[in-house]
Amino acid sequence: MVKLTVDGIALEVPNGCSVLQAAELAGKEIPRFCYHERLSVAGNCRMCLVEVEKVPKPVASCAWPVAEGMVVKTDSPMVRNARRGVMEFLLINHPLDCPICDQGGECDLQDQSMGYGWGDSRYREPKRAVREKDFGPLVKTVMTRCIHCTRCIRFLAEVGGAPELGATARGEDMEIGTYVQQALTSELSGNIIDLCPVGALTSKPYAFVARSWELTRTDSVDVMDAVGANIRVDARGPEVLRVLPRINDDVNEEWLADKSRFAIDGLKHKRLDRPWVRRDGKLAPASWDEAFAAIAARMKDLPGEKVGAIAGDLACAESMLALKDLMSALGSRNLDCRQNGARLDAARRDFYLFNTTIAGIDRADAILLIGTNPRREAPILNARIRKRWLSGQVPVAAIGPAVDLTYAAEWLGVGPAVLTSLLSGLLSGEQSFAKKLEAAQQPMLILGQGALARPDGEAVLAAAWQLAERFGMLRADWHGFNVLHTAAARVGALELGFLPAPGAKGFWAMRAGAVDLLWLLGADEFEVARIPPTTFVVYQGHHGDRGAQRADVILPGSAYTEKNGTYVNTEGRAERGRLAVYPPGEAREDWKILRAFSAVLGRPLPYDDLRSLREKLATTHPVFARVGALPAAGCTDQSGPGGDPAAMLPNPFTFPIANYYQTDPISRASPTMARCTETYYPGLAMAAE
Amino acid sequence: MLADKDRIFTNLYGLNDWRLAGARARGDWDNTAAILARGRDHLIEEAKASGLRGRGGAGFPTGVKWSFMPKKSDGRPAYLVVNADESEPGTCKDRDIIRHDPHKLLEGSLIAGFAMGATAAYIYIRGEFYNEAGHLEAARGECYEAGLIGRNAAGSGYDFDVFIHRGAGAYICGEETGLLESLEGKKGLPRLKPPFPAAVGLYGCPSTVNNVETIAMVPDIMRRGAAWFSALGRPRNSGTKVFCISGHVEKPCNVEEEMGIPLRELIEKHAGGVRGGWDNLLAVIPGGASVPVLPKSICDTVLMDFDSLAAVKSGLGTAAVIVMDRSTDVIKAIARLSRFYKHESCGQCTPCREGTGWLMRVMDRLVEGRAEIEEIDILDKVTRQIEGHTICALGDAAAWPVQGLIRHFRPLIEERISAFRQRSVSLAAE
Repeated sequence: MVKLTVDGIALEVPNGCSVLQAAELAGKEIPRFCYHERLSVAGNCRMCLVEVEKVPKPVASCAWPVAEGMVVKTDSPMVRNARRGVMEFLLINHPLDCPICDQGGECDLQDQSMGYGWGDSRYREPKRAVREKDFGPLVKTVMTRCIHCTRCIRFLAEVGGAPELGATARGEDMEIGTYVQQALTSELSGNIIDLCPVGALTSKPYAFVARSWELTRTDSVDVMDAVGANIRVDARGPEVLRVLPRINDDVNEEWLADKSRFAIDGLKHKRLDRPWVRRDGKLAPASWDEAFAAIAARMKDLPGEKVGAIAGDLACAESMLALKDLMSALGSRNLDCRQNGARLDAARRDFYLFNTTIAGIDRADAILLIGTNPRREAPILNARIRKRWLSGQVPVAAIGPAVDLTYAAEWLGVGPAVLTSLLSGLLSGEQSFAKKLEAAQQPMLILGQGALARPDGEAVLAAAWQLAERFGMLRADWHGFNVLHTAAARVGALELGFLPAPGAKGFWAMRAGAVDLLWLLGADEFEVARIPPTTFVVYQGHHGDRGAQRADVILPGSAYTEKNGTYVNTEGRAERGRLAVYPPGEAREDWKILRAFSAVLGRPLPYDDLRSLREKLATTHPVFARVGALPAAGCTDQSGPGGDPAAMLPNPFTFPIANYYQTDPISRASPTMARCTETYYPGLAMAAE
Repeated sequence: MLADKDRIFTNLYGLNDWRLAGARARGDWDNTAAILARGRDHLIEEAKASGLRGRGGAGFPTGVKWSFMPKKSDGRPAYLVVNADESEPGTCKDRDIIRHDPHKLLEGSLIAGFAMGATAAYIYIRGEFYNEAGHLEAARGECYEAGLIGRNAAGSGYDFDVFIHRGAGAYICGEETGLLESLEGKKGLPRLKPPFPAAVGLYGCPSTVNNVETIAMVPDIMRRGAAWFSALGRPRNSGTKVFCISGHVEKPCNVEEEMGIPLRELIEKHAGGVRGGWDNLLAVIPGGASVPVLPKSICDTVLMDFDSLAAVKSGLGTAAVIVMDRSTDVIKAIARLSRFYKHESCGQCTPCREGTGWLMRVMDRLVEGRAEIEEIDILDKVTRQIEGHTICALGDAAAWPVQGLIRHFRPLIEERISAFRQRSVSLAAE
């Protein structure tokens, strides 16, 4: 610890702390543009200059280490003059076009010039103008506004792992760009919009849409992947206009993946805003009563075992509980949530959770990826692995077809054979990854859906567990066995037991026509069209996607921004999404639809409001009682899941996500995501046409 | 006046052979092993006692700089980096040293490198010095062949390598840490200090960056002794110095002279005097483009060394004496320098990136007189807003010439402004 005084306040700070951090601990605000807590220190904006006694010149506090007995002044005449000077310099070539700038109202340059500037400029010369750059469909540039803080460069190089931005030319001709014009390829590119302290980088889809003070802010949680990034939803009236990340160091730090940020314009397209009933082979608009009556008519005299339900990837826990309760009231135990056919074992929680936790990646010292491409499946989690990889000598190896993960991974092979060899000690050469795993104190493996959603999924799961056991990943103080999910609803559904009871029909049977009435709760991610015509399909969801096309009755539900829902992320962390806008037209919150239908059947579900529903959720499934928190990690029971590793097939793993930008009904309906697909997957976009 | 026997750069004019044979005839590489045998600490003490101050411009005591290097390696190698990116306008001393006396530099690299515990020297030579780089490469080859550097360098038992790297011609790459970045293959952006290069320098290893002239002086100092060197010049400003005299003099030249020689004597003895006589002198920039200009009244008496020039608010810099006679438009001359700094600013930090362009534009107007009288004060304030607020010294270098101009030639600027105004008034009246 180091003792110093800041503006007369004596305090003690840890060694290696910067003067800026010390000043913040002392409660002093230091203006800054280039400094950012999660990026390397550049020290180039010079806004954070402070006076340190016995140093003749003002020093950049972001880069100046504290020393014993240091006396810092953050508000002396020298400091004030230095800040005013820097502020004036920053503004001389800034266009001052705040009235037409999207950053207006939430602009660091605006705020700090009000707080620390002169209020006037003595510059009478012509200003610099910089040609616009095209960074692709997501990030809009007005490079004349750039103040060259280099946050965007550092973010993409350090966190994003796609070092595509840089500065060309010198002096006042310096420009930020890609050199050869290209679209940014990082899945985290949207974060540079948040990082940009001025209006140089803004959101392209959001351009000229709204002013920050017109928006209503709602804290919520993202459902585009299973990470459960914390977000805030900014809405004006009935429209969700943008999504920004919230800080949660345990989950997403302060980053957000591009799909989560930009797919929201899909919420305005292809929406189901009224019930539909199929009459004479064609869907026709209907009222709620007619829709309910049509389902009730088909259900009449149907035995429970001929009714089934499949929960989709975006469903909240509340609606799944209501559906499960409805099904059991009907006497049906044909439930499934694994619409990608993943052979998950729900016998114990740690068989399907990301047990190490996302923050726990920071402590891992060897990482093995099995059948997963986290860059596409969970970009934020991938950034966390990259951060770990950058910070220390953490070896990373992967099994599956080689892809660019933004960090160097050793590709051990493509299929389950590698697991067998690792287990049998065949790959134990001196330099081999097996040796590194053995040497590691806190090794972890990540099992992806690409390894589980295949006929031998149980066997792979069992093999991976044995591998974890063999390399000491299963200890009371460290749990290194992880399953990475891709669906936001999946873990919640597993917690609820949204699975076929023993002897009941599961996903494959129901898809093949084993039930006469199939209730799809937003389930679109399988070949819905292949359900035989004899099955009566009820589709409850928010988008006119694959499920709705096949449906006999459509019940318009609500998207994640339109309801109060609980989601459990891949770690097993329950998080609350909140209603930001109301569902469109006659659409309703999903659990209410199910509650209303149960009343039509004369078997009302035992909850009348969200509070009592959540009470039931919390009492029957304790995980929902601890919102935001995670129970202690660690493995106390080493006995593994039931599969037999010997049953593994030779065929290679494939990754579940072919097109990162279109994975669910919302992103498929999004014009922005369609543009991204055109830009980044030109082949796929052409095939779709 | 410096006696011939006290000269260090005995082949400054290239009259003799620059190759190893010629260098040996002049005494270079003479029993270098014996010098190294005195040990690291002794060499550093000798350098301190000689009073040698860095010849690159800042004038930091060389021996003290060497002593910042770690005494014991923590496993990382240490490097000597020689700054041969001589780009300061008016300066051409390193160029002649490398061209005509490359072995002095190479021998100095070995001795200095040994003194600081470096395993190798990296010589970063300005890209435009094409033929000079050729000489240096050739001399390096001779040294390797003769066993003077490499394994068991000069028979001393010490292993020492020399690498030569050619720059691409950016002024900023002559800045200590900008040079290190460039040497590592990155854009030449100066680094934040601390950490200083002696702790984290080239490739993250302890490094010391020295100027060519500084290093080339080291062998003679070690051979003849610190007492000889410190007896030359004045206290705290000892030794000899290569002055580069250019501009309105009869015979522009490089000349090695004793530190502290009066400016007038320097110009009249070695450069044939100011064109049209001393009274035709208008101003002198005494130390390369980045130091403030001095008017004739100061030039009459000022001595050429670090402290004397600092006392008149200028600096010795690289000792590039730029002489301007009364035919010079001194405002235009300084405006040209402002253009240079605007062009060479790396663009990394705000005050320099934005400020150098501002200075240039106002200076360009002042050349015509198209300005208000108040703008002179604003200009001066802007230079002070740049000075001391930047990562490296380029901001200071851009600010000082303008400050010097305003300090000494303010009436001239005011006159120019009123003349312009009068002209526009009479034009309007017509």
